[in-house]
Amino acid sequence: MNAPLALEQAPPISVPLRFLLTAPLFGMLAATLLLIGGDEVLATRWSPLLLALTHLVGLGVLTMAMCGALLQLLPVLVGAQIAQPLPIAAVCHGGLVLGTLLLAGGFVAGSGAMFAVAAGVLAIALGGFISVVGSALWRADRPDASTRGMRLALLGLLATLLLGLALALGHAGTGLPLWRGTGTDLHLAFALAGWVGTLVVAVAYQVVPMFQMTAPYPQSLRAWLAPAIGVVLLVAAALSAWAPQSQSLAWPVLALPLAVFAIATLGLLAHRRRKVGDASLAFWRLGLVALLAAIAVGAASRFFATDLAMQLAVTLFIAGFALSAVCAMLYKIVPFLVWLHLQQRISASAAARHRIFPPNMKALLPEPRARAHFGLQLAALVLLVAAAFWPFLVRTAAALWFAAFAVLARNLWTVLARYRVECERIDGCGT
Amino acid sequence: MLAKFLTEDHRDCDDQFARAEAAASDGDVAAARAAFAEFEANLAHHLEMEERVLFPEFEQATGMHGVGPTAVMRMEHEQMRSLLGQMQGALAAEDLDSFLGAGETLNVLIQQHNMKEEHMLYPMAEQALAASAGPLLERMQAL
Repeated sequence: MNAPLALEQAPPISVPLRFLLTAPLFGMLAATLLLIGGDEVLATRWSPLLLALTHLVGLGVLTMAMCGALLQLLPVLVGAQIAQPLPIAAVCHGGLVLGTLLLAGGFVAGSGAMFAVAAGVLAIALGGFISVVGSALWRADRPDASTRGMRLALLGLLATLLLGLALALGHAGTGLPLWRGTGTDLHLAFALAGWVGTLVVAVAYQVVPMFQMTAPYPQSLRAWLAPAIGVVLLVAAALSAWAPQSQSLAWPVLALPLAVFAIATLGLLAHRRRKVGDASLAFWRLGLVALLAAIAVGAASRFFATDLAMQLAVTLFIAGFALSAVCAMLYKIVPFLVWLHLQQRISASAAARHRIFPPNMKALLPEPRARAHFGLQLAALVLLVAAAFWPFLVRTAAALWFAAFAVLARNLWTVLARYRVECERIDGCGT
Repeated sequence: MLAKFLTEDHRDCDDQFARAEAAASDGDVAAARAAFAEFEANLAHHLEMEERVLFPEFEQATGMHGVGPTAVMRMEHEQMRSLLGQMQGALAAEDLDSFLGAGETLNVLIQQHNMKEEHMLYPMAEQALAASAGPLLERMQAL
């Protein structure tokens, strides 16, 4: 056994919050792009605006929130501590913000220079994140299925990053060929299944039974699900590189482990012991149903000549599944973190102790506000799907999506504002 | 043996919490009071078993007094008691929204606390206290 575990390893609150509170702002930016570009954005899968939008959401919202959550959750879930969290958060967060903006700018402006700088900045930010979190994960004392899943997710992020860098350098006019087609397909598959999907699975093993009081995931499922995604992903990648004609068989198979995950989780939630529902539960259910829909549409896309079904599957996966899973987590983690740090501040103050209490999670973030956000996000998703068939709906969908992100931003930033007020109240106690 | 017993006790507390929360959410103050009383008594007993038997024995066996995992666990127990008090006050005032808000906070606190105990502290304690697990279990149950 290693050195005595200090379980009080939570990083300073600014470490996770800067990521979690930035995420909805990138969502607003992505929705704005869709609002301005209209149906031109969705014209083809190679539309520069669509590629910019995908990266604003994939990096700016999803990866941003997942990095922040991982930095916070590692000590609790894995018992792994991160040395020097503040400078690491500054580099990862700053780099992710700048790199994502430059990358989106590169797509929109067609600027090789912006691609080149974006590639460098994202390589530092995400490369740094992968090495720091990776070393913590691989040092973990008793790696359980969740820890092993997070390791695989991190490898998925690494593969996504390397493929993305190769593609970005192709755009940058460095003389490297632009590896469009197979390279893009691999980049997308590793991003969605290898990084985002695997991380959601690994974290769900812990947080779904914890917060919703369900039975644990079956042991066999926990052991095999994440590795199965990894194996299928590698086989699919190898097939698409060496035997491109067999691709159409490989990608639907890729979705199988995720379909099993979605069905298993919906089953656990149906029999949960906690009877009172909340926004977090609603987001989980929406996300899992969207995941199943994405898989069904993706499998069917093989029978269509156009990109439409594939675009629809990716929309359902990103705007339906991944975004909902992130929101389910945000609504638990942000108010709890603020409560916890306020509680610790009170405990540290002789004047405040036993005299004042921090506002509870629902006082910090009232349930009706979270529900309002859920309603908007659901409506936006329905319209985004409809817009794939009826392009005149694109701007309406974009406006709703913007509203959903704006309400999420307000919900989270209000918690931060309350945190600051309460800190002053605590510090002013007894003076 | 110790880990299994204490882990099952966690799940019992969860179930009692869920019953109190469901009653409050239905607006049934009387049922919420009854379920909460049961939950509070069981949780208080669980915290005592750890603080009066398990933690001191663990600290004795490992030499970790006032530092290490038990210090953090004790601090989180205090935070739980504070939230239990707030829930109690809210029930007395029949303020079910505050009861549910404090309850949600307590539940997240308990769940992340239990995870640390079940994944780290209990396995460490099983190892450190393997020889005396039987008598320790009896002392905890006798409280």
